[in-house]
Amino acid sequence: MAVLTTPRSNVELASKGRPVKETAFRLALLASLAIALIFLVALLAYVFIEGSPRLDSRLWSNMPSIRDPEIAGAQSAITGTLWVISLTALFTIPTGIAAAIYLEEYANTSKWYNRVIELNIQNLAAIPSIVYGILGLGIIARTFGLGFSVITASLTLGLLVLPIVIIAAREAIRSVPPSIREGSLALGATQWQTISRQVLPASIPGIATGSILALSRAIGEAAPLLMLGAVSFIRFNPDGVFASYTVLPIQIFNWIAQSREGFHILASAAIVILLAILLLMNSVAIWLRNRYQRRW
Amino acid sequence: MTSGQRRLSAVATAALVVSLAAACGGTNTTPPAGGDSTSAASEGGTAELSGQVKADGSSTVAPLTSAAAEFFAETQPKINVTVGTSGTGGGFEKFCNGETDISDASRPIKDEEKAACDAKSIAFSELTVATDALTVVVNKENTWATCLTTEQLKKMWEPAAEGKITNWNQVDAKFPDEPLKLFGAGTDSGTFDYFTDEINGEEGASRKDYSPSEDDNVTVQGVSGSKGGVGYFGFTYFEENADKLKAVEIDSGDGCVAPSVEAAQAGKYTPLSRPLFIYPSVAAVKRPEVAAFLQYYVDNAHKIVTDAKFIPLNAEQESKLKSDFAALKTQAG
Repeated sequence: MAVLTTPRSNVELASKGRPVKETAFRLALLASLAIALIFLVALLAYVFIEGSPRLDSRLWSNMPSIRDPEIAGAQSAITGTLWVISLTALFTIPTGIAAAIYLEEYANTSKWYNRVIELNIQNLAAIPSIVYGILGLGIIARTFGLGFSVITASLTLGLLVLPIVIIAAREAIRSVPPSIREGSLALGATQWQTISRQVLPASIPGIATGSILALSRAIGEAAPLLMLGAVSFIRFNPDGVFASYTVLPIQIFNWIAQSREGFHILASAAIVILLAILLLMNSVAIWLRNRYQRRW
Repeated sequence: MTSGQRRLSAVATAALVVSLAAACGGTNTTPPAGGDSTSAASEGGTAELSGQVKADGSSTVAPLTSAAAEFFAETQPKINVTVGTSGTGGGFEKFCNGETDISDASRPIKDEEKAACDAKSIAFSELTVATDALTVVVNKENTWATCLTTEQLKKMWEPAAEGKITNWNQVDAKFPDEPLKLFGAGTDSGTFDYFTDEINGEEGASRKDYSPSEDDNVTVQGVSGSKGGVGYFGFTYFEENADKLKAVEIDSGDGCVAPSVEAAQAGKYTPLSRPLFIYPSVAAVKRPEVAAFLQYYVDNAHKIVTDAKFIPLNAEQESKLKSDFAALKTQAG
């Protein structure tokens, strides 16, 4: 691993008071880690136990039913989520990387407009997601006339997570040592050749991690999609980018609000599915990172 | 022109030709497809139709329209009926913007919503499909409150009660000394609007120191968990949770009436029973798939409403629903 860690001292520094402080600090760090982990484990255990009676093939092979929780499934929500998230990735990742390349490699930071762009990107990352929902409804769904469709949802979620992708990609590009660029340029490569053949391949691990984090946020969003006409009951899989759709978070939300216990179990099972999709995406990111990791 | 540029322009020309050919091909294939759908429509109601019907609106009515869609899928599996839950107001906003075919509503359309529809020249019809009875529930151990008058309810829920009425013995001197714990609908719901309008006399006027929730399951848990608890929600939720809670009879001046299918159908459960509506647009009814869905909804209203655990229309209301829909079909031509 190319990660820098504080080297452990071989010399025991045993002057007065030190070991106590050292132990206390170490315990405090451990406690912080434990708090984060305990909640996650508790949540996972809860949804697993609660949802286990319905964690079977009915969940992904059946369509939703309002009449009988026993025959209800989440197929339309699962395919809807996959459609929306794939299109979001398609819009966001290339745009985000391109924007990051411009900001890191081409933009002249002494110009005021480039600094304004930079500041705005940082701010955009902090805007509540419902605001993007309103923006998507007004501009993408109505002004562009794309309606309440998969593509509207993807474009809106794309905008929502674009700042995260840009920020992560910039960090990754910045961490490529200048000597690599200088060497490439010195050998007669043009700026674009340097970027596309040296800088970008070297920054893939960072970009992949950032992109997956961004998409992981997008996959769990329900608020903006409620504005954008993700429906609560649909028995069809999306058959194109202009189709009606629903996504897992909305399906889960609807099941939890039902009065029958069977639907609550179903909601927990669907949460497990959502987590499984998330884990799958994260493992792809880890694989990409390990595959392309380089040491300088 | 360098050779590179020449090659580029050749590619561009080729791409243009291909895309034009594709566009022509597209127009050529359209007529047979259109012909298919018209022939299917002319064969009458039994033919298999395809297409999409978009419904949106009240989350109270959504289970009803969803159940209708699910039953309907058994006869017309290729018609994709989608049901959204933007709320009654949000549903009308989309409906009057021409974005949905049917709007679910737990209250009649407001004048300003009607004006928005008129502005886009969207004609519609109001169909009453079911009845809902808002049910006031208390804890199973509550032995004193079997019947509450509307005045007592108002005393508990009106804005003036905020911070003052905190014990059951303040509602009525005969009631025991038991802290009053209130659970109710969230302020965005049609249920809240309706309850505050009927009980407190003004839509949206309510005390604020209670536990509001958009999720009625929270109210169920709250009331079943505290002896002095009281809450309100739709009749469906009470039916599903009748083993955990006790429904209170309501006295609006003509004696105590328990919420029940019979009482609500007969119009005796006042003032807390309310009609539920769907608003189809005339333009949408012109489409065979929407007309087929609505026809099914109207013809099987009793089955759908009972299955979704709402209160079915009485005979008189049902014949009105049928004649209203017949009039709508004539209007659509």
